[in-house]
Amino acid sequence: MSEVLIEAVGLSTGYAPGEPALRGVTFAANAGQIVAVLGPNGGGKTTLMRALLGELPPFEGRVDVHGEIAYVPQTEQARLDFPVSALDVALMGAYRRTPWWKRLGRAEHDRALQALDRVGLRERAKDRFGTLSGGQRQRVLIARALVQDAPILLLDEPFSGVDRASEATILGLLGQLRAQGHALLICTHDIEQGRGFDRVLGVHGEQTFFGPGAALDAAALERTYGSEIVTLGEGAAIAVQCHHHDHEHDQHG
Amino acid sequence: MTELVTDPLLRRALLEVVILGLACGPLGVWVLHERRAFAAESLSHAMLPGLVVASLAGAPLLLGAVGGIVLAAVLVAVAARDARVGGDTAVAVVVTALFGLGVVLALRPDVPARLAEILFGDPLGATAGDIAVAALLCGAVLVALALGGRSLRLAAFDPQAAPSLGTKPGRVGIALLVVLAITIAAAAQGLGSLLLVALLLAPAAAAIRASDRLGTQLRLAAALGAGCAVVGLEVSRSLDVAAGPAIALAACVAYVVVALVRPGERGPGLRRAPIDGLTGSR
Repeated sequence: MSEVLIEAVGLSTGYAPGEPALRGVTFAANAGQIVAVLGPNGGGKTTLMRALLGELPPFEGRVDVHGEIAYVPQTEQARLDFPVSALDVALMGAYRRTPWWKRLGRAEHDRALQALDRVGLRERAKDRFGTLSGGQRQRVLIARALVQDAPILLLDEPFSGVDRASEATILGLLGQLRAQGHALLICTHDIEQGRGFDRVLGVHGEQTFFGPGAALDAAALERTYGSEIVTLGEGAAIAVQCHHHDHEHDQHG
Repeated sequence: MTELVTDPLLRRALLEVVILGLACGPLGVWVLHERRAFAAESLSHAMLPGLVVASLAGAPLLLGAVGGIVLAAVLVAVAARDARVGGDTAVAVVVTALFGLGVVLALRPDVPARLAEILFGDPLGATAGDIAVAALLCGAVLVALALGGRSLRLAAFDPQAAPSLGTKPGRVGIALLVVLAITIAAAAQGLGSLLLVALLLAPAAAAIRASDRLGTQLRLAAALGAGCAVVGLEVSRSLDVAAGPAIALAACVAYVVVALVRPGERGPGLRRAPIDGLTGSR
């Protein structure tokens, strides 16, 4: 059995002591595994990410992390008006490894350019980050994670607002990283896509499911999405987001 | 113009304001990118009671500035602990209270009338000691900005991911405020508590408007800060007007000129222009 890189046991966490936003989470991601994190808006996906990153304390239970974590946030979290190029952003992945008194050298620049090449954006290296499309920005943030070369990757809705070409590129990359032995946790709204990954973790204020995608049945989806789930037959389902964010009155899945 | 160099009084004033301009410009760029313009404005106003007390006691203004800023920081921290009040309200209340206290102290009939000097600065009164202290503090500020450049970038660009890349944005924010406080204290003598914010923010805003590259913005802001200081001092000498306000006006004119040459750009994906930082909105 492959090595466990990140796991939570009985984890409860949140933003105010005594008021957990997420309860009872127990899961493990092994090297060479992709775990999809499913749940409605406000269900606790980002809260889980922040707890795994150590930004939120566990009120109960524990988080065990075996290795460095690279975090790819939702692209709109980054400041689009900040004057950095795609190459500058990719280079940020080398900050942690480079002592604060040393300048980033040729090796780091080459590594950043290679990462941009892997996400298909080498020719846009000099372009300002804020001028790129949503899908391209997401790929640049993934390039930054590639430069960081951490064994564990957390990706918060990497397919949100991404065009089909970028989605295909990102999926191909994630498959390569999986094959190289990285453990990946991916928050997504796409139930069918999530089912295609190695494991699925459902959250809705608490853990609703953890197991292989094939075992994600209607009852588990009902627990995860409540009345927001619509079953289409032949196992397919879509989550209908009706609240929390007006701009997300969409269908996913 | 040559009198700025040949006249010993003007030469000292020139040295003082050029040193301040060189440090204020790049610091201002980070202050605007980190959306801390309100903090800069507030800190510079809140130190007034400290400046007045130092003036009354015959102590160095730098000491009074540091005391005033520390007092303001403590009061803001205490007021902001009440969640119903919030940080912005706490800053607004504390700063206006301290500013009012400073004016009351300075206008007492039994104290020397130095309010204008404290509010608007007096670079012509700079001694060799003042210049040495300003050079030391401003040099330290520039070194701190250079060494902390990566953390400042991460905190400003992507605070969500910054911790996983080795930077805690909260600590960066506090460090920037400390550097800001040091600069404000160093600039109080030359530019006064009301006007120094102009040399801090206007050249920086102009540089941000003029260039899309961070490195260029930092270098240009330093050059503009020093240049505005020279131009302001020369205007002050030739038109016989107060030096501090002339420098502040020169900095603001530089911004207006750049804004006219390079009108604001808002691309489809740009949520907010950096210049919004001048309003202090976050």
